[in-house]
Amino acid sequence: MLLLIDHLTRYRYDAPVRGVVQSHRLTPSTHDGQQVIDWQVTVSGGVAGGGFRDGAGDFVQGWSVKGPVSEIEVRVRGKVATTDLAGVLRGHRESVPVEAYLRDSKLTEPAGGLGTLAKVAEGAENRLSAAHLLSRTVTEAVTYTPGATKAHTTAAEALEAGEGVCQDHAHILCAVARANLIPARYVSGYLLADDEGKAHQAAHAWAELWIPGLGWVGFDAANACCPDARYVRLGSGLDAAEAAPIRGSARSTGSEILDVTVAVLATQQ
Amino acid sequence: MTYFNEMYERDQTRPPYAGLAAWMQAMPADLRIQKQAEAEALFRRIGITFAVYGEGGDPDRLIPFDMFPRVFTHAEWAKLDRGIKQRARALNAFLTDVYGRGEIIRAGRIPANLVYQNEAYERAVCGFVPPKGVYSHIVGIDIVRTGPTDFYVLEDNCRTPSGVSYMLESREMMMRMFPDLFRETRIEPVDRYHDLLRRTLKSVAPAKCEGDPTVVILTPGHFNSAYYEHSFLADLMGVELVEGADLFVDGAFVYMRTTEGPKRVDVIYRRIDDAFLDPLCFRPDSMLGVPGLMDVYRSGGVSICSAPGAGVADDKAVYTYVPEMVRFYLGEEPILQNVPTWKCAEEGDLKHVLANLGELVVKEVHGSGGYGMLVGPKSTRDEIETFRLKILKDPSNYIAQPTLSLSTTPTFVEEGVAPRHVDLRPYCLVGERIELVPGGLTRVALREGSLVVNSSQGGGVKDTWVLAE
Repeated sequence: MLLLIDHLTRYRYDAPVRGVVQSHRLTPSTHDGQQVIDWQVTVSGGVAGGGFRDGAGDFVQGWSVKGPVSEIEVRVRGKVATTDLAGVLRGHRESVPVEAYLRDSKLTEPAGGLGTLAKVAEGAENRLSAAHLLSRTVTEAVTYTPGATKAHTTAAEALEAGEGVCQDHAHILCAVARANLIPARYVSGYLLADDEGKAHQAAHAWAELWIPGLGWVGFDAANACCPDARYVRLGSGLDAAEAAPIRGSARSTGSEILDVTVAVLATQQ
Repeated sequence: MTYFNEMYERDQTRPPYAGLAAWMQAMPADLRIQKQAEAEALFRRIGITFAVYGEGGDPDRLIPFDMFPRVFTHAEWAKLDRGIKQRARALNAFLTDVYGRGEIIRAGRIPANLVYQNEAYERAVCGFVPPKGVYSHIVGIDIVRTGPTDFYVLEDNCRTPSGVSYMLESREMMMRMFPDLFRETRIEPVDRYHDLLRRTLKSVAPAKCEGDPTVVILTPGHFNSAYYEHSFLADLMGVELVEGADLFVDGAFVYMRTTEGPKRVDVIYRRIDDAFLDPLCFRPDSMLGVPGLMDVYRSGGVSICSAPGAGVADDKAVYTYVPEMVRFYLGEEPILQNVPTWKCAEEGDLKHVLANLGELVVKEVHGSGGYGMLVGPKSTRDEIETFRLKILKDPSNYIAQPTLSLSTTPTFVEEGVAPRHVDLRPYCLVGERIELVPGGLTRVALREGSLVVNSSQGGGVKDTWVLAE
């Protein structure tokens, strides 16, 4: 499938800021499931710093904008050819040892009801069926409700609330997988929304679990499926904070208003 | 328990201390008191205050200085020198390996979870090789002596070991107060340290650096317990002392604000922890670091010393494997021994520990600051039995070591001179070359019988001599 992505992030500052520095995970890497045909990231008034591919195989690019500015636009436009590999991440070059993904993070701490939820996988015959079982359990435990949670809501809090968005599903799945000693990571990316609006967000997130013999396999508990040709993978981390497509810091005292629009379209050319 | 006295062997003075024996005999009590007061006044005037890394305590407290030097012969030092450098090489080889292919783990010589699930293991630097392959540029190795030829390593400090200012100031102080001592005895100088440190830091400048590298020291600020040392070293090296807010990222490089405009920085000797270095990579709430620094670092625009992630080599649980690192990477036998350590996670070790609780020191694997530990010889039967139950409940959380009989050296006390226990922290520099000045920081437990040299528990410092050949 050919996917066209148009992703615009606009920062407005109530008082001009003296400067902005950002770290981007906004460029998909090419692997067996996705091939980047064309990709462009622009930052209004920005100077690109050194870019590199990190140990997890993600492209990281630094940017800086000299102030004073009161508005910054980060625009991502590109075309990616995708292939359905039933969630398996194949041909992705990376060097971080999988055991490093057994660690907890602040947002995925195995607190509250997560321990009990994780027990569902105890009887599973192998790790793959345990992973599917866990993903299904997370889908059932948390109802998709936009606005029910915030960016810094933890996995345990979202589970307790019983509602959340893709970020919460992915956090909870990471937490319960690690509780079963299955290495797990949070993945951010794009998703082609279907006509019925069942697939929820264009700027999306899911989890990857390590399955011996297969390697990293994606599980999208929010949509009760594994990533297929509708998904574009941007980057990963222990949780949403680490895998964020944009991390930034403005030298200012005022506040910032964020405005994001993402469009993902399928095309024939 | 008997202790090795570094000055006396039965009634005989050991040869390295012969000169000091005469010096001590000749010094009248009133002169001693006068000199001690003089030393204290000097330390106060220059404002040296000090706390050893991780000890806490009042940062503005003056640490007691003891005027009686601690002495090593040339031959004793030669062995320490080789052992320390060997260890520093092995620790750096380990760091390069575990952020690269992880051969030592694939070979089954160190358990994967100990390294990869360690809090100090930084995924952010996997696959990145710092300039010259060096992660830990200043390795502080804590050593205790238990006999004429017996030295043990207590722990390694691979991040930002502090205390070197005290090594330099103690020598300065002694030379100023007792110049005759230094005329009569040939003592190896330590004052090359700052030159070597500057050379070491410059030698790891990134490939993109043009011309003479610009080095800075990055401090968390004046409220930090080692701030005196940060400014002291910056002064000696003739480099800028900066805080995070003095640095900024522009494009692919880091710059420092100066009165003449921005100046590009090539090497940052940081004295702040990994977690605070860059809010865009580590803790988002850090105000001490530089936003975007890690992107510049990982794309080769600046060097950071010690390299982020170096802490995984000085972890307490990883420590037990350092001799294995020496064998694995260098193909050599370790010159300096680890303190024998029993891991309660292993059945045979657990049995030994439980049978000998009264003689052992038992520590929590991830504990620090002396909490949650049992000092067998100083505990009551009840305390020991309570601790036994704790170990049995979760054996893998405990390690045990023998109670070490730290050597003593003569120390000035109120009644005159008396033996007190000491340890040693030398500072090994690793860059293009490995350098070690002959000396280090000797800490002394000033309280009679105390084996705790920590400054927070009544420890002091003294000058450390290595005799010239």
